[in-house]
Amino acid sequence: MALLQLSEPGQSTAPHQHRLAVGIDLGTTNSLVATVRSGMAVVINDELGRSLLPSVVRYPASGPLEVGFSAQSHQSLDPKNTLVSVKRFMGRGLKDIAHIESMPYDFIEAEGMIKLKTAQGVKNPVEVSADILRALRERAELALGGALTGAVITVPAYFDDAQRQATKDAARLAGLSVLRLLNEPTAAAIAYGLDNAAEGIYAVYDLGGGTFDISILKLSKGVFQVLSTGGDSALGGDDFDHRVFCWIGEQAELSPVSLGDARLLQMRAREAKEYLTQHGEAPITAKLSTGEFVDLKLTSEIFTEITRTLVQKTLGPTRKALRDAGLAPEDIKGVVMVGGATRMPQVQHAVEAFFGKEPLNNLDPDKVVALGAAIQANLLAGNRASGDDWLLLDVIPLSLGIETMGGLVEKIIPRNSTIPVARAQEFTTFKDGQTALALQVVQGERELVSDCRSLARFELRGIPPMVAGAARIRVTFQVDADGLLSVTAREQTTGHESRVEVKPSYGLNDDEVTSMLKDGYTHASDDAFRRALREAQVEAQRLVEAVQSALKEDVHLLSTLERVHIDSCLTKLQSVLLGDDRRAIDGALDALSKGTAEFAARRMNQGVRRALAGRKVDEVNL
Amino acid sequence: MGVTLSEAAAKHVAGFIAKRGKGIGIRLGVKTSGCSGMAYKLEFADSSEPDDIVFDSHGLKVLVDPKSLPYLDGTELDFTREGLNEGFKFINPNVKDECGCGESFHV
Ligand SMILES: Nc1ncnc2c1ncn2[C@@H]1O[C@H](COP(=O)(O)OP(=O)(O)OP(=O)(O)O)[C@@H](O)[C@H]1O
Ligand SMILES: [Mg+2]
Repeated sequence: MALLQLSEPGQSTAPHQHRLAVGIDLGTTNSLVATVRSGMAVVINDELGRSLLPSVVRYPASGPLEVGFSAQSHQSLDPKNTLVSVKRFMGRGLKDIAHIESMPYDFIEAEGMIKLKTAQGVKNPVEVSADILRALRERAELALGGALTGAVITVPAYFDDAQRQATKDAARLAGLSVLRLLNEPTAAAIAYGLDNAAEGIYAVYDLGGGTFDISILKLSKGVFQVLSTGGDSALGGDDFDHRVFCWIGEQAELSPVSLGDARLLQMRAREAKEYLTQHGEAPITAKLSTGEFVDLKLTSEIFTEITRTLVQKTLGPTRKALRDAGLAPEDIKGVVMVGGATRMPQVQHAVEAFFGKEPLNNLDPDKVVALGAAIQANLLAGNRASGDDWLLLDVIPLSLGIETMGGLVEKIIPRNSTIPVARAQEFTTFKDGQTALALQVVQGERELVSDCRSLARFELRGIPPMVAGAARIRVTFQVDADGLLSVTAREQTTGHESRVEVKPSYGLNDDEVTSMLKDGYTHASDDAFRRALREAQVEAQRLVEAVQSALKEDVHLLSTLERVHIDSCLTKLQSVLLGDDRRAIDGALDALSKGTAEFAARRMNQGVRRALAGRKVDEVNL
Repeated sequence: MGVTLSEAAAKHVAGFIAKRGKGIGIRLGVKTSGCSGMAYKLEFADSSEPDDIVFDSHGLKVLVDPKSLPYLDGTELDFTREGLNEGFKFINPNVKDECGCGESFHV
C-alpha cells in the first residue's frame, strides 16, 4: 500500500499518478539514489539503513550476480570476477586506460569499448554499470512503492560524449528512463540551492575515495555553465589511508606484512582517519597473523603532518582550473564541498585558506550529488512547486553544423550546449565572382557531411561578385527553448539575408542518436585522417584555380621556361588531387606554390604600380 | 471529532514545514477520482480560505475545506514506515472500502 507524501499547495496528484523520479550518483567507489519526498530531497537507504552502495559487481562462477557490499567483500577472494571502479572504463578503449597491467581483470583485445571476461561471460562497462543502476532502481521502487517515471544520473563534468552516452546506455539497459544527465558539480550546487542564489561563480571541490575533481561553475539566469574543470584521477581518501598505513608500519617497526595483514591495517588506518574527523586522537590496535600486536595512538597533529603533501596536491589543479577560467580565488562567490574525504578538518582548512572564505559544508558531502540530482529529477518529472518555475535548460543532443568545402562539417553549436543558444560563424566564397552560396545544415558528431544527418538545405543568393575569399557571410544558428533551430545567412557587405527553420530532432529517434554517437566514437581516428585528406584536397583545388586565373590574366609576366615549369607543377597537382594519397597531394601542392612564388610577387608589384599610377591620374584630374 | 495528527505525523509535518521554510500548516481534503471513488489530498498550506475549518493538533494547524469534512471527520493522520517506504497514512473511520493502493477510497 502506498503511503502519502505532503505535496505543494494545489499539487496533489490523482491516485496512481505520482511521478516517481530519482537522482542517481553513479560514483567510482560508491553510488547512491535519492528522491524528493514531501518537498525534501532524501537519500534512499537499503534494508539495513545504509545509504551508500559500493560500485562493485561480482559475476561468480555459480550463483547470481552480486552488487554492492556482498560483492565488495569478495574482492580479494575472487578478484577476476569482482569488478570495481568500472566508471573509469566507461566509453573507453583499452589504450585509453593507464596502469591496465596492474589490474586483476581478463581484458579482451578488441576495437571500441573495453570488454572483460568473467565467469558469467564477457561484460563491458556499460553492462556492469547497468547492474549497479538496476540495484538502485529496485531499491528506489521498493521504497517509493511504484515504478519510476525517470531518473537524473550524474556524470563528472569532464565526461566526453562517449562517456556520457555510455552512461545513458547503461541506464537504458537497467530499465531507467533518463530524464537528463547532470554534471556532478552542478548537482552539488543545486543541492545547496545555489541555482536560486545570486548569479556568480562557484567552485566545487570534490575529494572522493579515489579521485579529486575541481570545477568552476558560472551561474547566470538559472543555468550553470562549466567554465573549467581539473583534478587528479589518482588522488583521494584512499591515499590518506595509505599514509596512515605507512605510519603504522614505521611506528610499530613491522617487517613487511602479509597481504591479509596489509588489508587489516589498511582498514584500521581508514577507521582512524575517519575517527579523527571528530576526535583529537585515534587509537589503532590490531593483532597480526604473525602474532605481533599493534597498539598506537594517532593524534590529529601527526595525521595532519603526514598528509600535508596530499592536501597541498589538490591545490595545484585548483589553481590551474582557476587560471583556465581566467579567474583568481577572490572571484569565487562560494565553494561547495563534495566527497567523503572533504570531512577531514585539514582539507576544510586548506580550502578555506585558499579561497579566503568558509566553504559550504552543512550537507553530507557524500550525498550532495545524489540530492541535487533528485531535486532536478523531481522538477523534470513535472512535480513542480508553484514557486519553482525555473529549470535548468535543456541541451542539444547532437552537434549542429554546416557543410563547408569538400564535404566537411564545420560544427557551429557543439553537442550538449544548453538552449536557447545562438552562435555565429563567418564563411566566405570559394570562387571568384561567386554570387550564391548553398548551405547544408547537418547534425552529428562525424567530420564528414556524408556521415551526418542532413537537416536542411538552403541558398543565399545575391552576393555581389567579388574575388574568392572577399565576401563575408555570417551564418547564425539559433536554437530556441523548444529546440527549434533557425539558420540565417547574411552577407555582411550587402546585408543580403536568407533563413530557414528546422526542427533538429526531427526524424531522429534515441536509437539513431545512440548509433550515430557510437559511430563517432569508433570512427574518430578514421575521421581525422579523412578530414586531413579532404582539407589537403580543398587547399589544392583552391591553388589550382588561383593559378589558372592568374595565368589567364598575367601570363605575359612569365618567361617561356617559367611558364613550362608552372604548367608541369599544375598538371602534377591536378593528377593527384582526387586521389587519397595525402603525401602526394602535399608534395605537389608545395611544389606548385614554390613554383609560383616569383610569379605571385611580380603580379603583386604590377598591382601596386597600377594602383600608384591610378592615384596619379586621380590627382591630375583634381 | 474533527481531524487530528498522530504524534509521529505531527513531528514529521513540523520537520517538513521547517525544512521548507514557509507554511502555516497542512491541508487535508478529498477529491473525486481514483479506482474507488475518492482520493485524499495532503498538501502544505500557505494560506487559509475564509470557509476553511481549522483544527489544532500538537500545535500545528490542520485545514480542511467544508466539502471534504464529512468524509474526513474523525480521521487521524499517521506517519509510518513500511519496509523501505515511509509516509503518511489516513486512519479514516468513514471508509468502507479502500482501493488496494491506499490512495483512493469509498464511503
Ligand atoms: N568522516 C570521515 N572522515 C574522513 N574521511 C571520510 C569520512 N567519511 C568518509 N570518508 C572518506 O571518503 C572517501 C569516500 O568518499 P565518496 O563516497 O565521496 O567517494 P566516491 O564519490 O565514491 O569516490 P570517487 O569520487 O573517487 O568516485 C573514503 O576515502 C572515505 O574514507
Ligand atoms: Mg564522487
